[in-house]
Amino acid sequence: MNKSLLILKREYLTRVRKKSFIILTLLVPFLFAGFTVLPAWLAMQDDEEQRTIGVYDASDLFESRLTDTEFTHFNFIDKAEFQVIEQDISTSRFYAVLHVPEDILTSNKARLLSGKQVTFDVKNMIGNKLEDIIEKDKKAVVIEESGIPDLEQKLASTRTNIQLETIKIGQTGEAVKSSTELAMGVGYAAGFIIYMFVFIYGAMVMRGVMEEKSSRIVEVIISSVKPTQLMFGKIVGIGLVGLTQLVFWVVLIFLIATGLQFFLTPDQAEMIQQSQGMMGQAPQIEQNAVLNAIELVGNLNIPLILGSFLFYFLGGFLMYSSLMGAVGAAVDHEEEAQQLMLPVTIPLIFSIIILFPVVKNPEGSLAFWASMFPFTSPVIMMVRVPYGLPMWELLLSMGILVASIYGTIWVAGKIYRTGILMYGKKVNFKEIVKWLFYRN
Amino acid sequence: MELIKATNVVKDYAGHRALDEVSLAVKEQSIFGLLGPNGAGKTTLIRIINQITAPDQGEIQLFGRRLKPEDIHQIGYLPEERGLYKKMKVGEQALYLAQLKGMSRHDALKGLKHWFEKFEIQPWWNKKIEELSKGMQQKIQFVTTVVHQPKLLIFDEPFSGFDPINANLLKNEILQLKENGATIIFSTHNMASVEEVCDHIALINRSKKILDGPIDTIKEQYKNDIFEVETTAQHDVTHHFSRNGFKLIEYELQGSIQRVKFQMEHQMPSNELIKNLIEKMEIRSFREVIPSMNEVFIQVVEQANPKK
Repeated sequence: MNKSLLILKREYLTRVRKKSFIILTLLVPFLFAGFTVLPAWLAMQDDEEQRTIGVYDASDLFESRLTDTEFTHFNFIDKAEFQVIEQDISTSRFYAVLHVPEDILTSNKARLLSGKQVTFDVKNMIGNKLEDIIEKDKKAVVIEESGIPDLEQKLASTRTNIQLETIKIGQTGEAVKSSTELAMGVGYAAGFIIYMFVFIYGAMVMRGVMEEKSSRIVEVIISSVKPTQLMFGKIVGIGLVGLTQLVFWVVLIFLIATGLQFFLTPDQAEMIQQSQGMMGQAPQIEQNAVLNAIELVGNLNIPLILGSFLFYFLGGFLMYSSLMGAVGAAVDHEEEAQQLMLPVTIPLIFSIIILFPVVKNPEGSLAFWASMFPFTSPVIMMVRVPYGLPMWELLLSMGILVASIYGTIWVAGKIYRTGILMYGKKVNFKEIVKWLFYRN
Repeated sequence: MELIKATNVVKDYAGHRALDEVSLAVKEQSIFGLLGPNGAGKTTLIRIINQITAPDQGEIQLFGRRLKPEDIHQIGYLPEERGLYKKMKVGEQALYLAQLKGMSRHDALKGLKHWFEKFEIQPWWNKKIEELSKGMQQKIQFVTTVVHQPKLLIFDEPFSGFDPINANLLKNEILQLKENGATIIFSTHNMASVEEVCDHIALINRSKKILDGPIDTIKEQYKNDIFEVETTAQHDVTHHFSRNGFKLIEYELQGSIQRVKFQMEHQMPSNELIKNLIEKMEIRSFREVIPSMNEVFIQVVEQANPKK
């Protein structure tokens, strides 16, 4: 069997079989689902406590108009009782007591008295009820005074809500419905996933190299295979571990999402979506909106996005992991590694910092240059791809990345070959640059 | 016939010459001792033979032709700094290393079974390396070095970390490997083991080879006209060895025997020396003292590196 393949197989299998890997791979989708769905679900749980609110209405505007809800009841009391309660709240038989002053129409003020802090929902609900009633009264007065017939209906007809549909027109002239929000979401997610995986799995390559160096097994192995074969097998093996995890996560999250839709009533599902603000103007969700969303997703250039994602995922990983592998080979201890890691990861961290500005303006010059520069393009170009961009830009960026990967691997290979057999020497950049000119 | 031959090998590291025109030849089916003080360049030479690094000048020949990349399958290398994947299981790891040396999985399993049985270590197969003692790990590493039946074996300090019983077991295995046709390069600082197993040695000091030859020849070459005689105790012989071109080194009276160790200031054939002595005393035994490899090593290296 080809030796790189043997190494790849070992690197892959030892990691995939680890308990920590299996647990993390299975657990994260559930945690993810838990963290997104659970708070929404909990928030949606109706407050089912029965509460009675005492009302002392000095204005006499609300008697019989303050209607009970399913869980909250209003109980009107007289001044005497109110005064007793006001003196000593502990004698109150109510959850809270609403005091509506005589001048509420001019002062716009009312008081809610209680022994303990009333809940947000209760306060909101009472406030809304009062506002509704007063607004209705005032409106009626205005309409009557103006003498215009059917004014209310006329006013209502002026209310407008514009839905701006974005349509992309392709070069061949076909019009395609598009969604800016969707492109933004997909781009952001893709960029972030690449960033995360490159970071985590790049560091894994580094630790793998350090393990071989510090356990001294590396000398035995490179007396059997070329250092480049070892490095290649390790990087590709670990890259596949990352892909495996990603695929598992996507599939599991999809399954969990589908599963949840079965368990939740349509009502609940809708409310979850609302509370997550996913659909923007969710109140008018109809079947149309769902169909619309499906159409929008379908209108994204999915093969292009998936293809570019894989390309930049692997490209970014190859680029950074070979450098991190070289760092692992150059150092003896974890602390030194941290020091050398920083300059390597700065462009990666930079790309996550500019991720948001680029998402907002994917056409800007920052976005353009960052998507060409090979150390930031894996993250940044993925933000731009879902919006659609000229083919030449994508191809140029890919070309630059491929060329840079070659260069990086060459440099990393040089450092790696010298570094793995160098012990007890504290390395700095000057030293490492020297290694580039060693003949091996 | 020579199995491996190095010709004028030079290796430079930034500002430091690790090997300077080193040439040596190792006969097939022999044990070749590669000696030298720490940092002399032995490991560099071994790494060049293993093609871990390439020489700047000169060349290495195996079987009379230039070393090729595939030749690493013919070489087994036990580095001085041992190491295995700590978290990996013994059997899995041994299989992996054997396959990296070009063995098929099937052959590797067969070969490993043979060696594991020989060393009675089959119960370790499913243990992780980190669960084994250091000595046990060394055994596993030895097995992985030899399992692919290499023509050339390179052992760098093979006995370090072994108890005397296991060291002896290992020594016998190494001699057995030679009997079975392997050629062995043996690098060590343990001169006693050099004398026990080596046929031929080369000594490298400060990047240069300063001594090379069969072990007997070298010892012969470095004898210092030192002799030991035992005589009867009839009369004191010390005065005789204190003049007449003799230099007394050691004297001991044991019952009726006097034992004298002395050095000749001028070379004299043994026969003539005996003739000379026989007239003065009654000789029980006479022998020339051949230096140990340890003495040769110290003498040669100290001569080469005079103290400032």
